[in-house]
Amino acid sequence: MYQTNYHRASSVADALKLLQDAEDGKFVSGGMTLIPAMKTRLAAPSDLIDLRHIAELKGISVEGNKVTIRAGTTHAEVATSRELAAVCPAICDLASHIGDPHVRHMGTIGGSVANNDPAADYPAAMLALGATVVTNSRELAAEDFFTGLFETALDDDEIVTAVYFTAAETCGYEKFPNPASRYAMTGVFVAKNGGDVRVAVTGAGGDGVFRSADLEAALAANFDASALEGASIPAEGLMSDIHASAEYRANLVVVMAKRAVAKARRG
Amino acid sequence: MSDVSMVVNGRKVSGHVEDRTLLVHYLREHLGMTGTHVGCDTSQCGACVVHMDGKAVKSCSVLAVQASGSEILTIEGLAATADADLHPVQAAFREHHGLQCGFCTPGMIMAATDMIRRHPEGLDEKTVRAELEGNICRCTGYHNIVKAILAASEKMKGMAENKETVAA
Repeated sequence: MYQTNYHRASSVADALKLLQDAEDGKFVSGGMTLIPAMKTRLAAPSDLIDLRHIAELKGISVEGNKVTIRAGTTHAEVATSRELAAVCPAICDLASHIGDPHVRHMGTIGGSVANNDPAADYPAAMLALGATVVTNSRELAAEDFFTGLFETALDDDEIVTAVYFTAAETCGYEKFPNPASRYAMTGVFVAKNGGDVRVAVTGAGGDGVFRSADLEAALAANFDASALEGASIPAEGLMSDIHASAEYRANLVVVMAKRAVAKARRG
Repeated sequence: MSDVSMVVNGRKVSGHVEDRTLLVHYLREHLGMTGTHVGCDTSQCGACVVHMDGKAVKSCSVLAVQASGSEILTIEGLAATADADLHPVQAAFREHHGLQCGFCTPGMIMAATDMIRRHPEGLDEKTVRAELEGNICRCTGYHNIVKAILAASEKMKGMAENKETVAA
């Protein structure tokens, strides 16, 4: 790891000020992506601004079916929140399968959405649930927020402070983890609200997380795994790498969508 | 360089470290506590697991400066939390031969202790295997590790909250 200068921010305003004063600063929350990237010198920020001790970035609140998760909330906290499980168990289930227990104690939802790793789990949930990403300066719909591989609409001096969404009537998430890295080689989040069904896919898209209109139409007609029998999605535009070809991922999208629907129906 | 101070195994420690110093290197090289191991350098193997403020974390993926102000428990301090020569999880690993070369063992035991704390209702084999996702052992095939964790969990059941703090 190259040299860096560490700063612990006490508030969002303090963090912004610290970043402004830094030459090439980066915000760090749980650090479960950034610290390993710095160890391998893939990232070398001159300054690290630690957001982990900012009280205003912590906590989950549920009012009726409106859910707000502040950015500094860890995956372990999302996974074990009873309040959240009562209205949206699928997001708890998703969080409980990110990384491993040690990673879940540190990694945060804000860090995950801000990093927008094309194989991360949360972006699929955000897109399928029609979530809003809140920053220190504005609010963005998930579909406007995630813009490409590791790319978001965030400005350099913008901090994700929370996400909020209305819990769907029924939803579920399934992923096919890479056998070595355990990142999603394809993950599908399905959410149903009355006749409206959203299907968001992570780990497969060449431009990151995306929605599948074809699968959504099939499931809107019949929200059952059987509705996807014989369904297919085009391989064009999907990622192809040493782990899986685009064609293989296209098949996985349908298989994971079926499993996600089955899981959602089981509740 | 930054000043860091934290409580490690009940003892207050402080030092002056490069900001890039990883917690595991602070423990091993500055404090001389070599029980916590570095197995992979890629944040995958879990040999470096310690408890930070009562929760299992990978000390190779946390900077010492990030950990400043926290309470750290390492394998060296574990037995004292049970007020015994060996913590029940350590005893179970010995009893069930939950190791071969032993390199991953400190991380396995710290992960297992955390796992048992989070499941006071008890554990089953499937849960233990899933929860060991972040700890790699290249010798045992995990069989005896799982057996040891199940036995320790059974023994510790009823002790709803396992004390993490060492009596001063």
